[in-house]
Amino acid sequence: MSHFIDRRLNPKDKSLGNRQRFLRRAREELRQVFNKRLKSTPIADVDSDHAVTVSSSITGEPSFRHAAATGRRNIVLPGNTMYSAGDRIPKHGQVGGQMGRQAGDSAPDDDFQFVLNREEVLDLFFEGLELPDMVKLHLKEVLAFKSRRSGYTTTGTPSNINVRRTMRNSLGRRIALRRPSRDELDEISRQISELENHEQTPAIRLKLLKLQETLRRLTHRRKLVAYVDPLDIRYNRFEARPVPNTAAVMFCLMDVSGSMGEREKDLAKRFFVLLHLFLKRRYERTEIVFIRHTHEAKVVDEDTFFYSMQSGGTIVSSALDEMQRVIAEKYPVNEWNIYAAQASDGDNSPYDSNRCQEILEGGLLAKCQYFAYVEIIDARERDIFRSATNGTPLWNSYRSVSEKLPRLQMVRLAVPEDIYPVFRHLFAKHGSVGLG
Amino acid sequence: MRAGNDLQRPLFHGSDWNFDILQRVYDAIKQIAHEDLHLDTYTNQLEIISAEQMLDAYSSIGMPLMYGHWSYGKRFLQEEQLYRKGHMGLAYELVINSNPCICYLMEGNTAALQTLVIAHAAFGHNHFFKNNQLFRQWTDASAILTYLDFAKNYVRQCEERHGVAAVERVLDAAHALMDQGVFRYRRPGRLSAEQEKARERERVAHAERTFNDLWRTLPSFAFKTAPSEATAGQSTEEENILYFIEKNSPILEPWQREIVRIVRFLAQYFYPQRQTKMMNEGCATFVHYTITNLMFERGLIEEGHMLEIIQNHSEVIFQPGFNDLRYGGLNPYALGFEMMRDIQRICTEPTAEDRDWFPEIAGKGAWLDVLLDAWASHRDESFIRQFLSPKLIRKMRLFALVDDASDSYVEVTAIHDDRGYESVRSALADSYDITTHQPDIQVIGADLAGDRCLRLRHKIRNGVMLQEESRDATLRHLATLWGYEVRLIGVDGQSGQTVYERSTKAVAEKS
Repeated sequence: MSHFIDRRLNPKDKSLGNRQRFLRRAREELRQVFNKRLKSTPIADVDSDHAVTVSSSITGEPSFRHAAATGRRNIVLPGNTMYSAGDRIPKHGQVGGQMGRQAGDSAPDDDFQFVLNREEVLDLFFEGLELPDMVKLHLKEVLAFKSRRSGYTTTGTPSNINVRRTMRNSLGRRIALRRPSRDELDEISRQISELENHEQTPAIRLKLLKLQETLRRLTHRRKLVAYVDPLDIRYNRFEARPVPNTAAVMFCLMDVSGSMGEREKDLAKRFFVLLHLFLKRRYERTEIVFIRHTHEAKVVDEDTFFYSMQSGGTIVSSALDEMQRVIAEKYPVNEWNIYAAQASDGDNSPYDSNRCQEILEGGLLAKCQYFAYVEIIDARERDIFRSATNGTPLWNSYRSVSEKLPRLQMVRLAVPEDIYPVFRHLFAKHGSVGLG
Repeated sequence: MRAGNDLQRPLFHGSDWNFDILQRVYDAIKQIAHEDLHLDTYTNQLEIISAEQMLDAYSSIGMPLMYGHWSYGKRFLQEEQLYRKGHMGLAYELVINSNPCICYLMEGNTAALQTLVIAHAAFGHNHFFKNNQLFRQWTDASAILTYLDFAKNYVRQCEERHGVAAVERVLDAAHALMDQGVFRYRRPGRLSAEQEKARERERVAHAERTFNDLWRTLPSFAFKTAPSEATAGQSTEEENILYFIEKNSPILEPWQREIVRIVRFLAQYFYPQRQTKMMNEGCATFVHYTITNLMFERGLIEEGHMLEIIQNHSEVIFQPGFNDLRYGGLNPYALGFEMMRDIQRICTEPTAEDRDWFPEIAGKGAWLDVLLDAWASHRDESFIRQFLSPKLIRKMRLFALVDDASDSYVEVTAIHDDRGYESVRSALADSYDITTHQPDIQVIGADLAGDRCLRLRHKIRNGVMLQEESRDATLRHLATLWGYEVRLIGVDGQSGQTVYERSTKAVAEKS
């Protein structure tokens, strides 16, 4: 006897659960690995599969095992072409190396490398981050519905039949209406055929007639009382429930003026790419508005924002004006959660910083849930600008706003490895992650 | 063997297979296996799986069911990585020592390869599992699947009740001690999932029956069970550390003991496989070689397919020399297969040398009986000691060396010549003795009435020490299971002198 079983259609990913357990275990370390990696890789590459290495301290599986290169061991090897008994082979060099490998009973506790897929990378990346103060839970124009099981119904489509409930009803009805069972009928048929083979005396004939009558009656009754009656059938009932659909918009403001060098633009772009990924991943329905400005501001699409070049003077308030215009036009404040992230090198035309302050205080900030300002500074200036009180005119104006209205948050960014900590700082769930 | 004019029609043409072909191939192999080779096998259950499923199976140590643990996820990631990068091909098959015997066949195998694989796994390994005395005595093939099912559900329930982290802590610790969780000398009890479940149910029921909320209000010191006279008085030497922990740990809850027990049973289940790896593979390779050749002789396999089979076969038994870059240790398939072919040769065409070395079997002709008997009664170490012939030592050019860590050279002690055969053979046999690979660590005492310090002794053989980092981490794991100090004493095997002493207190201070 043998059985062939085709398992190919069985669910795959049987070890998915174990894989997740492992990732949970290595989570902290993985995050650090990524943070380091952000320095070197183009940031848009975050959005792909990654090979990562974690050290054995977390994922090692210790046991009592022999250490290599201790004590005296006997070894047997195949393929001897050159040695005879008594030969001494120096341990270094090829032969010794080979034997070292053979001799070591324990595999070295190497760091462990594996590949994370894109989803896992992003999950890890944005774990514990969210848009702050998402309070306006207004329903957007189209309501989203989600169906949910709720009880049973007598009407529905065949695919929703609840077999268990249906059969329960059927059984109850059959018992109540005394539907003859198959066994009962079989028993009577058996008796009939027994009597038919018997010698036909009048008594037997009478009995036979009686039995045949019973059989006819029972068969009839079986026909009358169906096994499953339409009355029995129950369907799973589904109820459509509205899902609150939060509306949020993120304004990305970037200075692309001449004072922003390649390095500054690169840092700003990296920051926004990260922000973009985060929003795409976490908030399906968040809209993103890209505004870039020199001495004048323009709403642009994603590609232009990230990839095209422009040059000119610097008037930061132009971007804020543009943002206000777009809000007035498209995003009614009572329906939308409005967020903004601004990146600049802090340079601005004289007096414009004050105007920025006026715009922010004069109502723009009140409309926003949260406003993040990222100032990109020279790595060498990091020490000078260590304290928050010290800074460019724009920084100082923003700071005075920030002191009054804490929904304006400001940070400085000098080197690529700061990006991720800064990002986490700005979007950490409240009280969970500080500036690393 | 039948005459050449008795040719039968080939079982299949082309490389594609379907279930009809597999069934025909299976039946033909079965006939040869049972009638010509007198193999005795469990009922087979052959399952066709895809590459992903094979990876899944790999990562749960080849078992169809397994409880969840992160280390299996790690293994999966490792294997997947190797596989995707093309560093490693997947096995063509995987076979489980169970009754019925489950064989996984890869869907990507050609018809010829499936023939090879069925002969190899479903008959070769299967026969070995069913007949080898180690498996017969130490594992219970009919109970393993139900037991694993019990274990998986039990661990899952514990996770629900006590949290994943708490269960993981126990499993991590128990896994670290798996090598020390085996009875080497006495036969363990049979496992039975039904009994385990009943035991567990009874315990829970008893707890529920005798539940009295008042107990909870008592001060907790009243709960500490004083070691009974019997435990305190009995000899506490024990080779099986996990067993000792399970029975005597002062702090483990019943469910934790049960998990330790599960890990211990698994360790025990795999113990014979590790002692018979070479023979097991050799047996399976010899069986597939013999069967496919017989099939070819009888016309059941076409020439082209036979070439494919031979090519795969020779890849499997490829043994590079020690100085070849591809060398990765002695290939168990190669050594096992060569030894068994050699036995066949000694029985049928012996030389004068063979008659000297193997007077009981040389020229007696009944090679199959000799092999069947060897498969049934030997493990790797004793098999080599008994059957490795000078001819094979010459053929494989085996040579023995001594590597002493204190010397700057490795000394060749014996090669394939008259003076060397005996010592090469015994050195090779020793290297297959599992006890030389695993440190000898045993419980020598636990002061249950006093400070509850658990004392272990590591008997150092030939000065081979433990890897320190791993040792300390394992001691920490052991301390989580024991709850009190654990002290490991390293004693030199010959002189009996104490070489080192390590306590979890010191380990904790260091870290």
